[in-house]
Amino acid sequence: MTQDEVIIAIKDIIAQIAPDEDLSQLQMDLRLREQIELDSMDFLDIVMELRKLYGVQVPEKDYMELATLAGCVKYLHPLLEGKSLHCAQRA
Amino acid sequence: MPSHARIAITGVGLCSPNGENLGEFRRNLLEGVSGVEAYSIRHVGETLAGVCHFDTLRYQKKKEARRGTRAGAIAIWCANQALEHAGLKPADVAAPPRYASERTGVYTGITEHGNVETENQIHEVAQYGFDMSYWSHHHNPRTVANNPAGEVTLNLGLRGPAYSLGGACAAGNLGLIHGMQMLQLGLVDLALGGGVSESIHTFGIFASFRAQGALARHADPRKASRPFDAARNGIVVAEGGCLFALERLEDALARKAKIYGEVVGYHVNSDATDFVLPDSAGQEACMRGALAHARLSAEDIDVVNTHATSTPSGDIVEATAVRSVFDGAARTHVNNTKSYIGHAMGAAGALELAGNLPSFDDGLVHPTINVDELDPACALRNLVVNEPRRIPRADTILNMSFGMLGINSAVVVRRFAG
Repeated sequence: MTQDEVIIAIKDIIAQIAPDEDLSQLQMDLRLREQIELDSMDFLDIVMELRKLYGVQVPEKDYMELATLAGCVKYLHPLLEGKSLHCAQRA
Repeated sequence: MPSHARIAITGVGLCSPNGENLGEFRRNLLEGVSGVEAYSIRHVGETLAGVCHFDTLRYQKKKEARRGTRAGAIAIWCANQALEHAGLKPADVAAPPRYASERTGVYTGITEHGNVETENQIHEVAQYGFDMSYWSHHHNPRTVANNPAGEVTLNLGLRGPAYSLGGACAAGNLGLIHGMQMLQLGLVDLALGGGVSESIHTFGIFASFRAQGALARHADPRKASRPFDAARNGIVVAEGGCLFALERLEDALARKAKIYGEVVGYHVNSDATDFVLPDSAGQEACMRGALAHARLSAEDIDVVNTHATSTPSGDIVEATAVRSVFDGAARTHVNNTKSYIGHAMGAAGALELAGNLPSFDDGLVHPTINVDELDPACALRNLVVNEPRRIPRADTILNMSFGMLGINSAVVVRRFAG
């Protein structure tokens, strides 16, 4: 998976978790929770979807790494290397 | 606050397999329109059910609906509609002094809650070899018993006492009764009380009724639920809900609310005879208790809405109880609502009462449909069969709901006459 595909993957998961939100204007370096309505239960949903779709286990100590889209790419890209992009909403 | 405060029904919110609001529900009850359809659920396969088709997103955001439960969605639909019907916009409720959100209670009767989510989670983790790291963090908030009422409070910003009453299939009446009690105790000023059912989404309910030999079968789904008919063969499970907006009469009159009926009596008791099988003696005692509470006699009741679920033995037990109370009551008419929608479990009592409330306005008794050949053991004086009947006076309704473990409930509602 390329870095661009990681962004697609994470946005696709967020679109499922926060279906009322407009994700088209998301900034890479701003905290996700400052840009859209996302609470701790939603965040756990994101972690769960990463586990289900890509087999990625994110330990609790690393949750802060996923606070921004840029952080997601940095943290997830190595873990998703060699994996194919799935669409959460079709999963 | 005096415990004898009179309690008015000022709004009705409902979803039924054959109607998304009171007007549509009533119209279909008078026109013989069934809401039972072919239905499939995992592990059980093809069966029949009463299915609701309301637009969940009318009152909920997508995220609320995704995070919540079907019972929650049904309760939210009913609560919003009840407030609208009562002429109380949600903003009125949330903003004092009209009805402070802290003084608004929500009481959802439930037959069961949590089966749906638990089955879903087990199904989910089974896909991952029962690795519990795949078990959802949403499981607990979705399965707690107060979930449907709690989701209503979140949706409407209500801060008063809100919880469920577990009463098997007698629960719909319990929600109404408890709302009345909370108003009479002066603990709330507005109550949303009734019942909800999401039971068609749990395969366990179907499988258990099937194992018990109590699940209806029929080539035509619309004919499957047929209380009192000789060919009845079991229950059609249904989803649905009904919440009544309840107010103390003096408050309702002060704001010039339309009053759809006055709850004048109720009774709840237990058979103490069997886990599953109903008991005529307990049912009779329950009806007599409600009449006594209402200070009415059997002759004063115009419409008796039965609970009969279309099982071979249960309908006879209930018919026996109804005969013993009402056989001498010349003007009392008897009907059944499950023949249209199946058994809406925790919603049944409230939903079926709601379907009969318009009798106060239209003077008609909706029939019990699908009676092609009346079972002689279920013959009842003035049983209204297949066609609506106009009656000279429609001032009082007695609604019954019974449930497993021998719980019985009865509610008496009277036309408001000043």
